[in-house]
Amino acid sequence: MTAKLGIAIARRLGASCVSLVFVVVAVFFITSALPGDVAQSLLGQAATPDAVAALRHSLRLDEPVLLRFASWAGGLLRGDFGMSLVSHQSVMSMVHERLLHSLLLAGITTLFAVPTALLLGTLSAIFRNTVFDRCVSVLTLCVVSVPEFLVATLAVLVFAVQLHLLPALASISDIHSIGSFLAAFSMPVATLGCVIVGQMARMTRAVMVNVLSSSWVEMAILKGVSPTAIILRHVLPNVVAPLFNVMALSLSYLLGGVVIVESVFHYPGIASLMVDSVTSRDIPLVQSCALIFCAAYLLLTTLADIVALFSAQERNGA
Amino acid sequence: MMLTLPLPRSLTPFLQAPLLLAMLWLLLALIGPWIAPYLPGEVVSTTVFAPMSLQHLLGTDYLGRDVLTRLLYGTSSTVLLCAASTAMACGVGAFLGMMAALKRGMTDTLLSRFMDGVISIPSLLSGLVAVATFGSSMPVLVLAMACIYLPGSYRTCRMLALSIVQKDFILAARMRGEKTSYLVLREILPNMAGPVLTDVGLRFIYAVRLLSNLSFLGVGLQPPQTDLGSLTRENLLGLVYGAPAVIAPALAIAFLTVGLNLALDSKGRRQ
Repeated sequence: MTAKLGIAIARRLGASCVSLVFVVVAVFFITSALPGDVAQSLLGQAATPDAVAALRHSLRLDEPVLLRFASWAGGLLRGDFGMSLVSHQSVMSMVHERLLHSLLLAGITTLFAVPTALLLGTLSAIFRNTVFDRCVSVLTLCVVSVPEFLVATLAVLVFAVQLHLLPALASISDIHSIGSFLAAFSMPVATLGCVIVGQMARMTRAVMVNVLSSSWVEMAILKGVSPTAIILRHVLPNVVAPLFNVMALSLSYLLGGVVIVESVFHYPGIASLMVDSVTSRDIPLVQSCALIFCAAYLLLTTLADIVALFSAQERNGA
Repeated sequence: MMLTLPLPRSLTPFLQAPLLLAMLWLLLALIGPWIAPYLPGEVVSTTVFAPMSLQHLLGTDYLGRDVLTRLLYGTSSTVLLCAASTAMACGVGAFLGMMAALKRGMTDTLLSRFMDGVISIPSLLSGLVAVATFGSSMPVLVLAMACIYLPGSYRTCRMLALSIVQKDFILAARMRGEKTSYLVLREILPNMAGPVLTDVGLRFIYAVRLLSNLSFLGVGLQPPQTDLGSLTRENLLGLVYGAPAVIAPALAIAFLTVGLNLALDSKGRRQ
């Protein structure tokens, strides 16, 4: 049994590695397939042919694509992400601090969103088909289906413009006290949390309903076990693994939300760096940011699948 | 299996709220620019962020242009762009999915592995990378969104087709020596039309979200073209005054996505 599980996990990890390689190759070749020329678009319309040729040479654009890919991928392996075309700094130094900021935002959001979502999902599963369940279902559906920026805009309208409670921008450079920390983080975290809670509460409800309508829970009810005991002793042990799966999957939605939230609130994270680099067409920076996001996404989905494998193993073993 | 049915039976539940709603939006998108009271780029008032009035039903925007006119044009481009990319994604996805389910073997494995690879890139990220590389123009956005949502459609259709391919009537058709095109078009597709259309609806909602998000970030449709996301972005300052210029496009997006999703959801509940 355990040997089988080991093989299954190894296969899943192998598939993730293949996906990662696929992503690296895809990101490079898509961004290298420019119809125009980076050199031309950087120098603008008035550039002389000589200047364009010189820049092309210094950016090594005149070399064959495969050779450039080899040196770029080699650099990645050595932790060298290249130089930014616009600011001429090394990408690594630009990304480093921004990444820490983004991780901080993601961490705080997770801390709040996960318990809220689990509670909402579980409650609406227990009281399923009641008014409460319908309300939660419609609300979460609304949050899930509108674009993330609408939630952010609405939050700014209510809390910053109408109620004057919170600042509309997240300036994390001048955090001195708990008060300023709360003021800077509450809006981005609340917005991002809304998006995650919407996704996660829906999935949690599905998992819980699945277990609650199983035959063994029905048996326990018929035996006269108290509701609390049913939840704690019969249901909880059976949902731990699938809920971990739900958590990892929902957190991968953080990535989509984080891009919007950082831009709306001018939060100095890696996602807003990426949007800026897309606007200025700073290809090395776009490539690195895209890779970091894909790697994080892959990590979370792989984690979700491995947890699912464990839970399948447990169910078979029991 | 009756082949002469005018409509596949699995389609009938869909001929209700979701389809009607989708038709309504599509109609609005098509006739919107014709019934708009002004020209989209025309500055018609000296007041910016004017409130609602009889002359300008939804007020004016940050340059004094008519919001209703711009909203109609914006809705048109959002709905048409997303419909086009969804149609491409789901058309190709469904075709490839059914082929993979019919052929199995090497074709299936290679296609599925490739699609899994594409799916492992978050959609907003692929959109950003595509725009960074090819610039943001209508064809780029439509093609990028089509590529982004193709794998999901492929997966759904492959799963649906796999369960149908094992049915006896497919075996019978194969024994009769029918061609693959006949199997796909007359036997498999009609039997999965209902779930596939639900999937199409969901992907359309994803496409609207993605396009609006990109435009809101300023990397989607570029002026003078507008869509609902860029309309919200350019009028964001009006938020302070509670101007309809920013609330109207935001509400339009919400109605479009939430309405369709609620309709699809209640349909799923009934089944």
